[in-house]
Amino acid sequence: MSAIVFVVIGVCAFSAGYFFYSKYLAEKIFRLDPNFVTPAHTMEDGVDYVPTRRVILWGHHFSAVAGASPIVGPGIAVVWGWLPALLWVTIGTVFFAGVHDFGALWASSRNQGRSIGALTADIVGPRARSIFMIVIFLLLLMVNSVFGIIIANEHIAVPSSVIPTWIVILVAMVIGWLIYKKGMSLLWVTVIGVSVLYGAIWVGAVMPIELPSSFLGLAAPGQWVVILFVYAGIASILPVWLLLQPRDYINGIQLFIGLALLYIAVLLAAPTVVAPAFNSNPPANAPPIVPLLFVTIACGAISGFHGLVASGTTSKQLDKEPHARQVGYLGSVGEGTLAMAAIIACTAGFASFADWNAFYGGSYPAAGLTAWARGGSIIMENGLGLPDNIAETMLAVMGILFAATTMDAGVRLQRYIIQEWGTIYNIPALTGRNVSTLIAVGSCLLLAFGAGGGGGGALIIWPLFGTSNQLLGALTLMVLTVFLIKLKRPVWVTVVPLTFLIVMTIPALIIQLRGFWEAQNWLLIVMDLLILGASILVALEAVSAFGRAKREAAAS
Amino acid sequence: MLAELAELLKEFYNAPFRGAVARARRQEDDLFMLLVFSEMVGVPNPAAYFTLELQPLLYQDFHEWHKRMGMDRSPTEWFSCC
Repeated sequence: MSAIVFVVIGVCAFSAGYFFYSKYLAEKIFRLDPNFVTPAHTMEDGVDYVPTRRVILWGHHFSAVAGASPIVGPGIAVVWGWLPALLWVTIGTVFFAGVHDFGALWASSRNQGRSIGALTADIVGPRARSIFMIVIFLLLLMVNSVFGIIIANEHIAVPSSVIPTWIVILVAMVIGWLIYKKGMSLLWVTVIGVSVLYGAIWVGAVMPIELPSSFLGLAAPGQWVVILFVYAGIASILPVWLLLQPRDYINGIQLFIGLALLYIAVLLAAPTVVAPAFNSNPPANAPPIVPLLFVTIACGAISGFHGLVASGTTSKQLDKEPHARQVGYLGSVGEGTLAMAAIIACTAGFASFADWNAFYGGSYPAAGLTAWARGGSIIMENGLGLPDNIAETMLAVMGILFAATTMDAGVRLQRYIIQEWGTIYNIPALTGRNVSTLIAVGSCLLLAFGAGGGGGGALIIWPLFGTSNQLLGALTLMVLTVFLIKLKRPVWVTVVPLTFLIVMTIPALIIQLRGFWEAQNWLLIVMDLLILGASILVALEAVSAFGRAKREAAAS
Repeated sequence: MLAELAELLKEFYNAPFRGAVARARRQEDDLFMLLVFSEMVGVPNPAAYFTLELQPLLYQDFHEWHKRMGMDRSPTEWFSCC
């Protein structure tokens, strides 16, 4: 079967979702009002609250939520065959992520643009807010560790990715300096920056770089993990305008270029899907598809992280309320499109079933990002005539840059949380920038190495990361449900996905717990138990909050 | 067309970081205010002779600054803005 069928299925499902389901949500559930004055106008301050054009808002909302996860998740999950991954990505995007992202944006804009964390305290209660903070910290810790590990592994699998990845940091800093200190036109800076990036990809393909197999007792993956976290620590204390902002910008631009190139290549090459619809013979250590599929693919089907972005920055810039439909719903559709591209690359980018099975048949979880770069490069070579090694470097760098920008921001956020705890609990040492950064980076390194494999084999925590991400999504859906109950609106649109997420998350945690127990990995056992505890609390909190909200609504 | 594209890119560059950049800028400005008005709050400043000249230019921001620094009232007697 041709992979174009996947493209057609994706386009049809996402279009139907947008034109029918999101319209239903906008009219019947959220009842968007063109006359409602959004916080971007009522609280306009030229800094956080600024009415922003719809297309710009969508662009940066999408590039903020798109990351390495919708590539890595599907890249691992196709081990069970392409059909389950395809179904979960399409159904998840249309009925889960769309409602979640759109709803978070709407609820926040109806509440002075407050973040979901603040809304949890206001709408549900302070206890739910505490659970929320714990889940966010665990999520950040896991995001940073997992992404560090993924980049380390990818640098080893595709050594040509090393030069472009690190040159981008330099390019970003030069861009930041040119714009802020020299006042240069962004258009020219963009053209030069993107040209240097693609030039560096070519140089990288010619000059691959490999670290020694052992240095000070550390294997190559471990060495990369240490280098990456030293970098992330430094990056997180540099001024935002110097690194984070230009880096995010280049990343956004190359996201659109890379995605467009890959889809054009798929349409021109029409590659054949070599993976089975259902894999009857997955690796012996692969966990059961239900419930693990639903936590392996988090971003790309539904991700709690989007709620943080939607309510944290996007809602403060919403010009008119009806824009929430395009920005929120289409933002998740963009993410679904990226996940779909990953499924295509990882199922149709291999020459034959034997090749595919050689990659996926070994052990679970397979390196999703490596499969994406390898499979995608073959499609690009056939469709666009790009040399295989250049295309592979380009796709590997695309995934790495996603992971790296998320890490930059993630370590910074972790530092903020630690500093805040320092203030709350009156521990002056924690409020300092350097100490809090050291603690943030140290905790990530501890998890990256504690998970096993000398810092390299730790993709094993990927499903755990997915679980905490889903849990955050469940919390946001809970807040939305309570808000809808208070407004006396139908709640099935949020209750069904919420119930599904909780029902899948808890067994997934128990199955993983058994695996960690068998491996006697106490660090992961503790992490798993913490998340399990938080999941059960979320479930109980949801039941009690719904009851309370219903009684209040009935009384009013 | 090119101008529109440039405008679009500029928005795309700035929109997500407006808040963070403004906060970073304000931090730098606050430090500068402290240097200029340091003698006034009891911190000896060897460059006071030179920073004195800048004071009139910064008076309009003085009130916002001392409020932000946790001083409800003007910290000095000879210049009271509130």
